[in-house]
Amino acid sequence: MLAVRDLVVRFGDRTVLDRVSLEVATGEVVALLGPSGVGKSTLLRVIAGLLTPDAGAVLLDDHDITTLPSHRRNIGLVFQDEQLFPHLSVGQNIGFGLRMQGLDRTHIAQRVAELLHLVGLDTFADVPVTKLSGGEAKRVALVRSVAPRPAVLLLDEPLSGLDRELHDRLAGDLARLLRASATTTLLVTHDHDEAAGIADRIITL
Amino acid sequence: MAGPVERDRAALSRPANPLPRWLVPALAALPVLGLALFYLWPLSTLLARVVQPDSITDALRTPGLGRVLWFTLWQAVASTVLTMLAGAAPAYLLARYRFRGRRALLAIVTVPFMLPTVVVGAAFLALLPNSWHGTARAVIVAHVFFNIAVVVRLVGAMWAVLPHDLSAAARTLGASPLQVLRFVVVPLLRPALWAAATVVFLFTFTSFGAARLLGGPAHPTLEVEIARRATQLGDVDGAAVLSVLQLLTLAVVVWWSARWQRRSTVHFVGNSAPRRAVSARERRVVAGIAGVTTTAMLAPLAVLVSRSFRLGDGWSLHAWRTLGAAEVRPGLSLGIDPLASLFASFRFAAVAAVLSALAGGLSALAIASARRHGKLLDVGLMLPLGTSAVTIGLGMLITFDVAPFDWRARWWLIPLGHTLVATPFVVRALLPVLRSIPPGQRDAAATLGASPARAWLAIDVGHIARPLAAGAGLAAAISLGEFGATTFLTRAGRETMPIAIARLLGRAGELPRAQGFALATILLLATAFIIGVAERQGALDARSS
Repeated sequence: MLAVRDLVVRFGDRTVLDRVSLEVATGEVVALLGPSGVGKSTLLRVIAGLLTPDAGAVLLDDHDITTLPSHRRNIGLVFQDEQLFPHLSVGQNIGFGLRMQGLDRTHIAQRVAELLHLVGLDTFADVPVTKLSGGEAKRVALVRSVAPRPAVLLLDEPLSGLDRELHDRLAGDLARLLRASATTTLLVTHDHDEAAGIADRIITL
Repeated sequence: MAGPVERDRAALSRPANPLPRWLVPALAALPVLGLALFYLWPLSTLLARVVQPDSITDALRTPGLGRVLWFTLWQAVASTVLTMLAGAAPAYLLARYRFRGRRALLAIVTVPFMLPTVVVGAAFLALLPNSWHGTARAVIVAHVFFNIAVVVRLVGAMWAVLPHDLSAAARTLGASPLQVLRFVVVPLLRPALWAAATVVFLFTFTSFGAARLLGGPAHPTLEVEIARRATQLGDVDGAAVLSVLQLLTLAVVVWWSARWQRRSTVHFVGNSAPRRAVSARERRVVAGIAGVTTTAMLAPLAVLVSRSFRLGDGWSLHAWRTLGAAEVRPGLSLGIDPLASLFASFRFAAVAAVLSALAGGLSALAIASARRHGKLLDVGLMLPLGTSAVTIGLGMLITFDVAPFDWRARWWLIPLGHTLVATPFVVRALLPVLRSIPPGQRDAAATLGASPARAWLAIDVGHIARPLAAGAGLAAAISLGEFGATTFLTRAGRETMPIAIARLLGRAGELPRAQGFALATILLLATAFIIGVAERQGALDARSS
């Protein structure tokens, strides 16, 4: 279970998060809804360990991880602008987390192929990420974060910037993928329909 | 397939008010003539000397040559590796963080690169203990100090556009800070790292001033050896063979490095703006790197200045007071007059500044106005940049020794050599300005009744007045510090400051040494002042790019 207790984040004199608390049960998919500028992305960054809060705590399965560095948290984050590694191929991007864990090549290749199949990009392993379309890049970013089997998956506006048809198709894919892997997920969005379509529960910030 | 859009574009790029056809040739005539006479001719004379098989075998068979080549190579490799390592921290700091004094730190790191090599050599003679003098490590340390700016500028420029979230993404995928560096940051910076390493290697492989002052007779680089053979042993053929050998080596390195660098440029998305240090630990890291860098960059210069005031165990103004006297003691002459060298240098610098501004201004205008052969002109006029100063000086020495071209004893050959070295920098400072002039401006002038030539005069020439002044300043600074070419062209009684400094520091005794430091201090201040003024005009970036 992921829990956030009385989180406070200030940027200068501006208080971005003011005593925010929430819980996500194991295997649950929760959508965080709210207008832009309300601190949703900031909250995800604190949970991922990319930002240290001014006060409050982040707990994972009752362990306080507030000061644990990002790379030891096992929490995945899908960035709004993907942030795929431009020097690596699609397959190398997806396998990055597994490589950091020290897995051998054959295992990595196997899992990468499996994940590519899951999002319908079977033949894309050796394609440079700079050649991907917007929708393809989103899918690669998603499975890259799923690959190391994170305890919690954070999604920051994962479907923004897509046209309606592609958006709806990917929303369906995403819901299916999260259910199938039973990943504890916190999803940030400003789109109510998207939240309702994917999440078990919606929290408004 | 030329669709309607294509045709429209073609129509737009064909100006309705073309410049007169004679304009570009007229502009380029003088620079091209000068280049042919004072660069291409000497270079071909040099090559012609080398083509004789006897001189090649003789030169390559001389004892000790293998040692010179080996030292030149390994010190260049060591200097490059150490410069990359030492430059990484300041490059990171300046690219990634916003802090008080950031601009000052950038200047402190950049300025040494523009200082005369003789000043850097003198500074390290002053700083390093006597046991280091004449050693390879002294040469290497000075090279690192000198070239850190290259790493900070080239690698820093690329580091500054890497989005913060790229590293963040790697961390959320389980990469430790070291793994982020190894698997994300370094691979992404690789083109800039290669570019910086190539430039540093080229500079240190062809090092002359610092190597000559610090390496002593036991550690000559190829460049120092060329000068020694030509000016001390009178073995001009041997020197010519070595300088061609060096030219070929440089060409191979540049070609090889260009092959490695050929990669598609990546367009990064995401915020990469430098940010303030937040945590206490981050603030300590920022302060630490900034402090160590500032100390390391300023200490040699500070010690240089202070050593000019020291004689024996005490402080003394004696070296400064006797700077104008050619005699150490009544009746005992040094053979050089430090104060006279100061005036000679300033006179040559003024001439070189005027000539460089003229040649550079005409060249830049010709390159920017040329529609077809602009690239060729650009590359041709940049050639002296790829030739070491020693090679340029040697070429002039052996070419202008036959009547009616026996100009070796003429004073103006020295500022002319400096002009060859400095003009490419003036061109580089002017071209971006000329290329950024909106094409609409000339059209606007045309609609106001100006003929094409008149509009060009008003707009293009009008735009470069300020950067041209800055470029002339830069040329003056380069001329003041020029050492390599001058070594070959200098004549007794007309020594420039760098020559006088090298001679003074090469003498035994405390007084000449302190006088050398005093003269180096003057050169340091004069160069720093000119660079400071030129930077305000925005000419600084052109030199480091």
